[in-house]
Amino acid sequence: MRTRIVGHCIGGIAAIGIAASIVYGCASAPAENDVSERAEAMMKSSFKAHGQATLARLDQDETQRVCSEYAGRALPPAVAERIEKANLETIRYPADGNLVGDWKSGEKIAQSGQGFQYSDDPKKAAGANCYACHQLSPKELSYGTIGPSLYRFGKTRGYTDETRRYAWQKIYNAEAFAACSNMPRFGYHHILTEQQIRDVVALLVDPASPVNQ
Amino acid sequence: MADPMKIRANLVGDSTEVKVLMSHEMETGQRKDAQGKTIPAWFIQKVNVTHNDKVVLAAQWGPAVSKNPFVSFTFKGGARGDKVKITWVDNHDDSRTDEATVA
Amino acid sequence: MRTMIRLAVAAGAAAAFAASIGAALGESTADEIAKYREALQDGNPAELWEARGEQMWKVPRGPNKVSFERCDLGLGPGVVKGAYAQLPRYFPDAKRVMDLETRLVWCMVQQQGMSEADALKNTFGNGSAKRSDLEALAAYVASQSQGIRMNVALDEPHVHDMYRLGEKMFYYRGGTHDFACATCHGDDGKRIRLQDLPNLTKVEGAQKAYTTWPAYRVSQGELRTFQWRLNDCFRQQRFPELAFGSDASIALTAYLAGRANGAAYAGPAIKR
Repeated sequence: MRTRIVGHCIGGIAAIGIAASIVYGCASAPAENDVSERAEAMMKSSFKAHGQATLARLDQDETQRVCSEYAGRALPPAVAERIEKANLETIRYPADGNLVGDWKSGEKIAQSGQGFQYSDDPKKAAGANCYACHQLSPKELSYGTIGPSLYRFGKTRGYTDETRRYAWQKIYNAEAFAACSNMPRFGYHHILTEQQIRDVVALLVDPASPVNQ
Repeated sequence: MADPMKIRANLVGDSTEVKVLMSHEMETGQRKDAQGKTIPAWFIQKVNVTHNDKVVLAAQWGPAVSKNPFVSFTFKGGARGDKVKITWVDNHDDSRTDEATVA
Repeated sequence: MRTMIRLAVAAGAAAAFAASIGAALGESTADEIAKYREALQDGNPAELWEARGEQMWKVPRGPNKVSFERCDLGLGPGVVKGAYAQLPRYFPDAKRVMDLETRLVWCMVQQQGMSEADALKNTFGNGSAKRSDLEALAAYVASQSQGIRMNVALDEPHVHDMYRLGEKMFYYRGGTHDFACATCHGDDGKRIRLQDLPNLTKVEGAQKAYTTWPAYRVSQGELRTFQWRLNDCFRQQRFPELAFGSDASIALTAYLAGRANGAAYAGPAIKR
């Protein structure tokens, strides 16, 4: 829940949309919250809907809001725990209990960065773009380093039910394990379909996957 | 009408170093636009450089050369104040000639 | 006649670059990328945009037949030397903090009498069919700050306020992918695929990144301004489209330009 401080003042700024000329009239407002409120109002007046990317994308959920507030600083343990717990509860599992699909299809999904940009065709299946941030198959040399290497993910952790379940959960909602993680919540946000998540899980945990060679 | 070239010609020891930037699309003829239609080839085919009216470089280019090409070369001789003249001709028979003074 | 020729052939260079990555794994990858960048430094086509912008600067334009020599970028009418290093700044005549591109549009509309729609027609160019005057003008003006230290007036209250709003934006997570600017630009030594990412939360990172825009992008064959840089980052962030010259675009520019204060401006650069 958003804390509204000096609502009258903030409302006036949001309506006008140009903050700079009025801000000094609001000097008594508690500084940080005021800046956050005004930044959000400014963004909403500065972005325009473009295709599938509507202005609703700027509306934050609780996790996004809290993570933004901490601005890269370490979270207090209690806050991190709260975020992780709430996100763990969002994770859904396939009705048939089958978590592992086809690693070959998973590799294609891991390679593709298509999807959800206003320049993308919304009719085409989205990718997960795993290689943008992670090393996976050693054959792919063009990988990013924002996330850890996932080379031999299954081989190191063991080909167990636990490993498979963890891979599913992590892809579905990474914030369940690392509050304010940089990783998108692929299941929670419906970026990937259930079958696509299965396929990416397979890329990580199938003993035949290039990731585990 | 094509944009002017950006030419620098400097005397380095007993040679003249010439650096040229050309403004050109250099379309290969291999690319397709958003509608899937082939973008027609459009590239510089001939480059000719003269120093005081004597040819010091003649080149034939193809579609592998990048957009807005950069050419750097040196030729023996030259003196401050000499003229270096560069001409390109593309496959549309469009051409452009620019001149620089050796500094 | 002995003639040595060297061609900067982007397509060929890219192929050689890919091949060399195949040969050189791991740490040497960065060295190979550095070599590729170095090969691009010598002939920067940004100069073609600078030349076009310089010509445009002096020519009477618009219904009012007024040239940019009347346009005040903050250091007096027509003064371009060092102007970019002090932008964004607060302009009392417009009652607004403006970056370079916004100010150029303001001069086109207010002084040259162009309609805003005309001034904003080609904010980002695309080949010879859709050339952007703004990109050429920005390249020229920015080039006139080469070697001059960034000095954004953060003690000016309006600029300071925009800086703080820009900082909030930098950490603002949203959209379908939970991305903020900080997601990719909040840590040292990271990359997306093989592309190095500047850590913009550190002064050195912000300095190195900000002082090289505008830049010629070899992969696009176009000169791009900082407005373009922000616009395209947000596209990849899966956000809606950042409007050209909007307050949010200026706030974020003020934040990053302000953090670059003290570093010598080194653009327009050449990038992959």
